[in-house]
Amino acid sequence: MRTYLRLLVAGFRRQSTYRLAALGGLVANTTFGLLKVALLFAAVDAAGGELSGYDAGEMSAYIWISQGLLGSVNLFGRTDMAARIKDGDVAVDFLRPVDVHLASVTTEVGRSVFALLPRGLPSVLIGALVVGMSLPDGPAAYALGAVSVLLGIVVSATTVYLVAVAGFWLVETRGLEILYMVVSGFFAGLFVPIRLFPDWLHATASATPFPSMMMYPVDVLSGRVDGAAALGLVGLQLLWLAATLGAGQLATRAGRRRLEVQGG
Amino acid sequence: MTDAIVETHDLGRDFRVRDGLRRRTVVAVDRLSVAITPGEAVGYIGANGAGKSTTIKMLAGILVPTRGSITTCGLRPVPDRRRLAHELGVVFGQRSQLWWDLPVRESFRILAAIHTLTPAAERSRTDELVDRLELAEFLGTPVRQLSLGQRMRAEVAAALLHSPRLVVLDEPTIGLDVLSKQRLREFLVAERHTHGTTLLLTTHDMGDVERLCDRILLVDRGSLVFDGTLAGLSRTVGAERIMVVDLAAPVGDLVDVPETRHLGSEGSGMRQRLAFDPEATTAALVLAAVSERAEVLDLAIEEPDVEEVVRRVYAARR
Repeated sequence: MRTYLRLLVAGFRRQSTYRLAALGGLVANTTFGLLKVALLFAAVDAAGGELSGYDAGEMSAYIWISQGLLGSVNLFGRTDMAARIKDGDVAVDFLRPVDVHLASVTTEVGRSVFALLPRGLPSVLIGALVVGMSLPDGPAAYALGAVSVLLGIVVSATTVYLVAVAGFWLVETRGLEILYMVVSGFFAGLFVPIRLFPDWLHATASATPFPSMMMYPVDVLSGRVDGAAALGLVGLQLLWLAATLGAGQLATRAGRRRLEVQGG
Repeated sequence: MTDAIVETHDLGRDFRVRDGLRRRTVVAVDRLSVAITPGEAVGYIGANGAGKSTTIKMLAGILVPTRGSITTCGLRPVPDRRRLAHELGVVFGQRSQLWWDLPVRESFRILAAIHTLTPAAERSRTDELVDRLELAEFLGTPVRQLSLGQRMRAEVAAALLHSPRLVVLDEPTIGLDVLSKQRLREFLVAERHTHGTTLLLTTHDMGDVERLCDRILLVDRGSLVFDGTLAGLSRTVGAERIMVVDLAAPVGDLVDVPETRHLGSEGSGMRQRLAFDPEATTAALVLAAVSERAEVLDLAIEEPDVEEVVRRVYAARR
C-alpha cells in the first residue's frame, strides 16, 4: 500500500515540475471554454432557453467542469506506458517487486490529481466568475461530486492503459491512439453533452467507459443529476473501473509472455 | 544442486524475426547449462548478438525461455518475478531506472518504498551508497540534468539500494570515461567485499573483465564456448604473454632466447620486448635466459589482451 501511495506521490511530483506547461494548458482550456460558451449558449438560446434539459447555468457548469477535467482525464490515448513498451524500458518495470499494471495506473492518477490544481480548479473558477454557472447545493453533493471526479480520473487511467498494453502485440500503437482520441473525446462528452446525442448514439456512448471519465463526473459535480440518479452514475463508474482493471490485469499477464524487449 | 545462485539447464530462447516476407527463427541462446556460486564475480562475454542480454533477461524473469530451465536465487524467475525482484539488482547500461524528471534523491525514496525498506535501512543504505559512489553533489539534481558518468553512478546505486544478493550489470561502463570506469569498478569490488554480493556482468570492456571478474563465461552464437578463468582462456587459445625488460646497458636484439619471439627494441636495446607462450616456457625461465645475456634492471609482463583472445576463440570456431 505504502508503495503505491509513493508512486502516486511520484506522479504528482513529476507533474508539478512542469509549471509552465500547466499554465499553457490552462490558457488553452479557457480559450476553448469561451468558444464552447459562445456555441452552446447560442444553441440553448435557439432552443428557447432549455436544450435537452440544460439551461444556460447548467450548460456553463458542464463547459467549465469538463474543460477543467481536460488536464486530468486522458482523452489523447498517449501514455508513458505505451512509450516504455515500445522502446523496451518496460523491462525495468518488470524488475520491480510491484504489480506493473497497478504501478503504472497509480503514477498516472497521481499526475492527473496534480493537474486539478493548476488546471481544474482555476478553470472552474474562471467560468464561475466570468460566465456564471449553477452549482450543486449542500456538502453531500460536493462530496459525491469529488468522488465521481476521482473515479473518472482513475477510469481514464485504467482504460487508456489498455491502449498502451496493446503494444505488447502491435509494437506501434499510434494508430490505436488516434482512434482512441477521436472516440474517447466524443463519447466522454468533451464536445457536447452526450444527452444531446440522438438516442442511438447516446446508447452507444453509454455502452463504453468514456462517459464515466468526464460526462458522469460533470453531471454529478454540477448537480444536474442528484440523489439516487447520481449514486447510479457513480455505481456505473465503479463497474467500468472493475471491468477495465480486470482487463488490464489479464492483458498485462498475457502481454508479459509476449514481451520481446526491443534491442539491447 | 540448490546452493547455486544462478543455475540454468539446457536453457534456450528463440526469436521469430521477419526476413523479407518470410519469418524465420533465430536461436539467441541454445543449450546453456551453467551454475554460479554465491559470491562469485562472473564476466559474461561475447560479441554483439551472442545471446548475453537474452540470457540476462531470462534470469531476471523478463523474458520467458523457449526451452530448458533456469533458477535464480532459488526462485523460478517468471512465476516468482516479484519475490525475485527483492533479491536481484539489475543495471542496464542503456536503460534508466530513475525517474527522469525528479531529483536523484526522490528516485531513491520511491525505490525504497517499492522494496519496502524500513526507514532505518533506507537511511543507512542510502548514506552508504551516496558516500561510496560520491553522489552527494548531485543528489538534489533532476536526473535529466546529470552527466552520463553521474547518471550511471546513480543507476548503480538505484539497482543496489535494496542490497540484492545478486547484481547483474549489462554493459555498465558503456560510454564512460576512464576515471568514471575506474570509480565504478572500485565501488563494485568494495561492494562485493563488504556484502558478499554475487556479480554477473556482460561487457565489451575488457578492463571490466580484468579488474572485476574471477570467472569468465564466453558465448558464441548462443552457446557457451568457455567457462573458466581469464588465464585459462588465454591458455586455451595459446595466447602469448609479453615480457618487457629494461637493461642496464644497450645490448643487441635478444633474438636467441629459447621459446621466445623478439618483438622489438627501444633506446638502442635498453628496453626489449619478448613474446612467449606460457605453455612452452615460464616467465622465470625467460628471465633467467635474458639475465645470462644482459643485466636486467626491471621487468614487466603484459597479459594477453582479452579482446584478442576472444577474437581467436571465435576464429578457431568458424
